[in-house]
Amino acid sequence: MRLLKALIVAMLSLGFCTVSFAAKEMKVGFVYVSPIGDAGYSYAHDVGRQAVEAMDGVTTSYVESVPEGPDSERVILNMARKGYDVIFATSFGYMDPMLKVAKQFPKVAFLHCSGFKMADNMSNYFGRIYQARYLSGIVAGSMTKSNVLGYAAAFPIPEVIRGINAFTLGAQSVNPDVTVRVVWTKTWYDPATEKEAAKSLLDVGADVIAQHQDSPGPQEAAQEKGVYSIGYNSDMSAFAPKSHMTAPVWNWGPYYTKVVEQVRNGTWKAESAWPGLKEGIVDLAPFGAMVPQNVQDKVNKEKADIIGGKKIFTGPIKDQKGVVKIAGGVAATDKELLGMTWFVKGVVGTTE
Amino acid sequence: MFHIRITKRQEPLSVGGSCLVLLSALILSLLLSGLLLFFRGTPPVDGIVTLFQGAFGSRWAIEDSILKAIPIFLCSLGVAIAFRLQIWNIGAEGQFALGAIGATWVALSFPQWPKIALLPAMVLAAAVAGGGWGMIPAILRQRLKTNEIIVTLMMNYIAILFLEYLVYGVWKDPTSFGFPMTPEFSEQAIVGKIGTTSINWGLAHCLILGVLVWGFFKFTRTGFEVKACGDNVRAARYAGLPYDRLVVLVMVLSGALAGWAGFLEASATVNRLQPSIMVGYGYTAIVVAWLARLHPLSIGIASFLLAGLRVGVENMQLDLQVPAAFGGIIEGLILLTVLAGGLFTHYRLIRGKK
Repeated sequence: MRLLKALIVAMLSLGFCTVSFAAKEMKVGFVYVSPIGDAGYSYAHDVGRQAVEAMDGVTTSYVESVPEGPDSERVILNMARKGYDVIFATSFGYMDPMLKVAKQFPKVAFLHCSGFKMADNMSNYFGRIYQARYLSGIVAGSMTKSNVLGYAAAFPIPEVIRGINAFTLGAQSVNPDVTVRVVWTKTWYDPATEKEAAKSLLDVGADVIAQHQDSPGPQEAAQEKGVYSIGYNSDMSAFAPKSHMTAPVWNWGPYYTKVVEQVRNGTWKAESAWPGLKEGIVDLAPFGAMVPQNVQDKVNKEKADIIGGKKIFTGPIKDQKGVVKIAGGVAATDKELLGMTWFVKGVVGTTE
Repeated sequence: MFHIRITKRQEPLSVGGSCLVLLSALILSLLLSGLLLFFRGTPPVDGIVTLFQGAFGSRWAIEDSILKAIPIFLCSLGVAIAFRLQIWNIGAEGQFALGAIGATWVALSFPQWPKIALLPAMVLAAAVAGGGWGMIPAILRQRLKTNEIIVTLMMNYIAILFLEYLVYGVWKDPTSFGFPMTPEFSEQAIVGKIGTTSINWGLAHCLILGVLVWGFFKFTRTGFEVKACGDNVRAARYAGLPYDRLVVLVMVLSGALAGWAGFLEASATVNRLQPSIMVGYGYTAIVVAWLARLHPLSIGIASFLLAGLRVGVENMQLDLQVPAAFGGIIEGLILLTVLAGGLFTHYRLIRGKK
């Protein structure tokens, strides 16, 4: 028993000491919703983190697979207590927890991805991935033979709905007869479920599979069936080289290094940032060999137009029932885009 | 040749002996975890120290661990009541969801009530909703001879989908840009924090409910009947104990406690209802109940330790960049070694010649 007591005392005392005496380096923390090894959303953020890590005098760290809700508050709080100077939280559900922590630590810079709330020391930011999705829709619309595109989607929230609409509009711009069938998986990262979802789309005749999921499951399903696919988050061609035509991808490095540099020299201000193709935050992955040159040219021209200021959501745009939601010649405002809860005509599925 | 024989003990191991077995099991699992850390190139001692530091090494850490233990404790207390009767309630997750829904309904319907009326009403709604959800499988079991394991498990999915239906639909906050969450609760609907700590008053609820459950089994006739039926249904039925009524009772109590946990999560920690409230406490509760051998005090300790482990693993991730999956591995190792160690409480190994 004496040995045990000594052991417990040793454990506890070890717990209470250990304070770090590191030199004055900037500490930057990242909170991810899924594991970083998923080639998906968190992976893309982590590539951005590595760009920050490569900066002089900056160290970074991350916590992955943090559930949204109360657990995330603790993780963010823990980072703030440990003296992190900048904290990035990269999922929607971290918004309110981060806001609570931001109020307690006015000197720390907080950045929340994909939400809408702000504070003096808390920015929100996201990328206009829908622009890249529009471009990927052009590829899908050009390559389909059955005129049915399948879309495995995570949750019916505006971000995802907006992406489906942009994809559909892109496909319709080259192929007016196209329909997009949507299934909801209610998961962000679940390879098995997402693969099954893609299979169910194949069963109803889809011959191009697109996805708003973080696992490459849908890509694998497409390759097994021998049809084409559009990835997401990062270049997923390694998972389905015969199917993968391209993918809307994230490129967070430039934004993350910019923010950290601004915080370092004291010029950072909380903002609501929504950069897109123009700023290089979002892009398309390299085309697969199956995409013909004329389609590639068309996409590249369209990309140049968007960078030049073309707005994708310019009316007339009708919803599924045929009601005009965006009037002719008018471009949807950012506020309308952020709160989008309806599908455009040509999407088969519900937003519930 | 030496042989090892396993023989049954005449008397179960003493309390001190049980503690020794438990501690050795914990140490063994930590050693194995350390070995895994070593193989992936993380210094094992640093790893384990960071884990403990993050879980119990400071006032903050202890507060965080207690905070996380609260819902686990209540769910676990609930399933333990049903397990005593050998009724396998796997449905704490769904009962938790229903509790959160019940509490939210009251919070959104009567936001202006004074705190002293609103909070008890929310508790009541949560307990009724959770308990009612627990009663369905009990009744199906009696009337239709269904298996409660399957029914409670399936009802979890129904409950979670119902919760999603509400927050994606009728209860959605109009100012949330279409994101699934209810409006924030009014000040009166929020369970406050104790003094300057970050721990909410749910801790007090846990202590009171824990004592009540302990007293129920220790002092009441019904508690005794539940235990007797759990030990031997046929004998208890022969003795005229109302087994069917007890099944309903334990399922309702079980569900009510899980529902109470749902109320605390919605009110005290999230301040609203949203799908991310569901993080699997109902399933964790089953593990905790078994680790604690269904005893309320042990459930308290086990919830705290398991919560601490989860909190500590986050610290380990942050400081040493260990993958998140490692937390699950340690948890699994602890469960395995502790349950395997349970062998020694009823059996002894004898080394002897053939």
